[in-house]
Amino acid sequence: MKIHEYQAKALMKERGITVPEGRVATTVDEAVAAVRPLIESTGNPVVVLKSQIHAGGRGKGRFKEHPDVGGVNVVTAGVEGGIEAAEEAVRTLATKMLGSTLVTVQTGPEGKKVNRLYVEQGIDIAEELYLSVLLDRAISRNVVMASTEGGTEIEVVAAETPDKILREPIDPAFGLLPFQAKRVAWSLGLDGDAHRNGVAFLTALTKAAVELDTDLVEINPLVVTTDGAVMALDGKMSFEANALYRHPDVVGLRDLTEEDPEELEAKEHGLSFIKLDGTIGCMVNGAGLAMATMDIIKYFGGEPANFLDVGGGANVDQITAAFKIITKDPDVKGIFVNIFGGIMRCDTIAEGVVAAVEEVGLTVPLVVRLEGTNVELGKQIIDGSGLNVVSAADMKDGANKIVELAG
Amino acid sequence: MSILVGKATKVIVQGLGRTGRFHTDKAIAYGTRIVGAVHPSRAGEVEVFEGDTDHSGVPGRPDTYRVEVPIFRSVVDAMAATGADASVVYVPPPFAADAIMEAADAGMPLVITITEGIPVADMVVAKRYLEGRDTRLVGPNCPGVITPRECKIGIMPGYIHAPGRVGVVSRSGTLTYEAVYQLTQNGLGQTTAVGIGGDPVNGTDFVDVLRSFNDDPATEGVIMIGEIGGTAEEEAAAWIAANMTKPVAGFIAGTTAPPGKRMGHAGAIISGGKGTAAAKIEALEAAGVVMAPTPTDMGQAMAEALERA
Repeated sequence: MKIHEYQAKALMKERGITVPEGRVATTVDEAVAAVRPLIESTGNPVVVLKSQIHAGGRGKGRFKEHPDVGGVNVVTAGVEGGIEAAEEAVRTLATKMLGSTLVTVQTGPEGKKVNRLYVEQGIDIAEELYLSVLLDRAISRNVVMASTEGGTEIEVVAAETPDKILREPIDPAFGLLPFQAKRVAWSLGLDGDAHRNGVAFLTALTKAAVELDTDLVEINPLVVTTDGAVMALDGKMSFEANALYRHPDVVGLRDLTEEDPEELEAKEHGLSFIKLDGTIGCMVNGAGLAMATMDIIKYFGGEPANFLDVGGGANVDQITAAFKIITKDPDVKGIFVNIFGGIMRCDTIAEGVVAAVEEVGLTVPLVVRLEGTNVELGKQIIDGSGLNVVSAADMKDGANKIVELAG
Repeated sequence: MSILVGKATKVIVQGLGRTGRFHTDKAIAYGTRIVGAVHPSRAGEVEVFEGDTDHSGVPGRPDTYRVEVPIFRSVVDAMAATGADASVVYVPPPFAADAIMEAADAGMPLVITITEGIPVADMVVAKRYLEGRDTRLVGPNCPGVITPRECKIGIMPGYIHAPGRVGVVSRSGTLTYEAVYQLTQNGLGQTTAVGIGGDPVNGTDFVDVLRSFNDDPATEGVIMIGEIGGTAEEEAAAWIAANMTKPVAGFIAGTTAPPGKRMGHAGAIISGGKGTAAAKIEALEAAGVVMAPTPTDMGQAMAEALERA
């Protein structure tokens, strides 16, 4: 689960991690009202206006409606013109940004509507660094990843200059030990006050990662200011889905407008669904088989419209819900139901399919492949339903048939 | 012969809730020796399982069964009383990692964890706890382990299996069933089928199972089924190239998966260009693995790999 930058920074601040001062705004007036207290409390006449969307690449992103405006804007009008000039500049920018569509490398061409702005104090940056805490699957432990190449995507650094990334594994029995924090801070070139501040930052950050069950905390850039402070200029946090039950406060930060409505609806029914760009809807039991079903459709020249795993114990209601979600997509020209019933019995699936088709209606070809427990009974139910359903002998046959029928 | 589990394996069940009870019943019907269960608040009770036996299991057994399974308060007590050498964990996600560690502390040689949805951080701790101990963990989030007609531990349908020559190892449950069923139909059968699970932090990995199959005299070839995310398949490919003396067939799911999206399994995500199906297929092919172009071809790919060898 992802959250916004301003939310991540609030969580960090609560845990003693240094972040710039800022205020969130959902209206132009709120954005303008944030300027004076920020400038007065920090003494810095520069403020920064940052679009709050879950996708990255905001700085280089541009608004569809205002191609001259970027997703992140440094407002320097206050340096010469004072607080009033800063407020006026923020008003002009915020009017263009709020409610407009920001397109970044991560949003796709359709972009993402900006509903919130974060107004933040300007920072006198001496250095930009990189820091993150995430799971290293190869060693089954969290690692701190640190690099002097701040402000650049870490994937790019990893590909071009891998020796510039330090990885410090965290033993879950001990946490990040003091000597490790010092080592990371030295590797970032920090000394004196900055080294002390860096060690404190690292210690608090790794503690927060464990405490909050994050699957990623990324500080890019981590900045050293001209007076030796170390702070998170940007902050990204995402949370491990299986552990959300023990963090109701974090769940409360969820912004549903950032999530796909069909994926959310599917989740409510206990289904795992991901929308894709193709024309053949899939309904499958098991995640691996669901992926393989997408692959086999592509193998025979079709394009899957979705990933949909109904899980190991789906009932008639879930199957009906799955059908509704699939058929809602106007691009879907055919549906392939691919079930290997182990725990799940084929007659249950067949009853679900028949009930769903009777309720939702069927305007596109439907191919059903059933295998496993009670398969004969399942086939009888499908064949006896009088519905226009094509049976498949196996997965390959089914994929072939649906690609042909969906044309 | 087989790996991990067989006729002599004595199993206790950790987590005798609705799911645990359902699958314990199926396991007994298949012929598995379930000797006890752990449930702190029901210690001292006996759970009775009875019904018609599953004839895909051991032949020549009676048509019905009635088994009294004693319930213990802890794994230590259950092991002492029953001599169990394997446990299966159906404990709900918030408590499952603790159940794994309890079993390891008791010295349980094999712990098969079916539970799906265990917090990753809990598994990081559990895996750390297992370091230096003699417990082998399989899973979590896996269908379990089966040696046909001998021992079924987990949630797989027993009747699709048949004793035979091929070892199966997989990150995906339903794709394991596809492979197993094809091997049953084309007459190759299975020695043992092992689900290692779809989570990013798991116990036994591909290399562990490949090594066991390589050392098992009855196993003539192995089907290995992977999916996107992580680098376990690449590591397996390197091990196969260097050590494997038996033919391997393979399949990787997720060729069409979009980057950055989690495809059902917690571990099935492509991030930062790592973990793609293409990279895994390339690595396995380079190691001499016969890759099935579609899941329907897994059995055939194994037959071809065995012929070539």
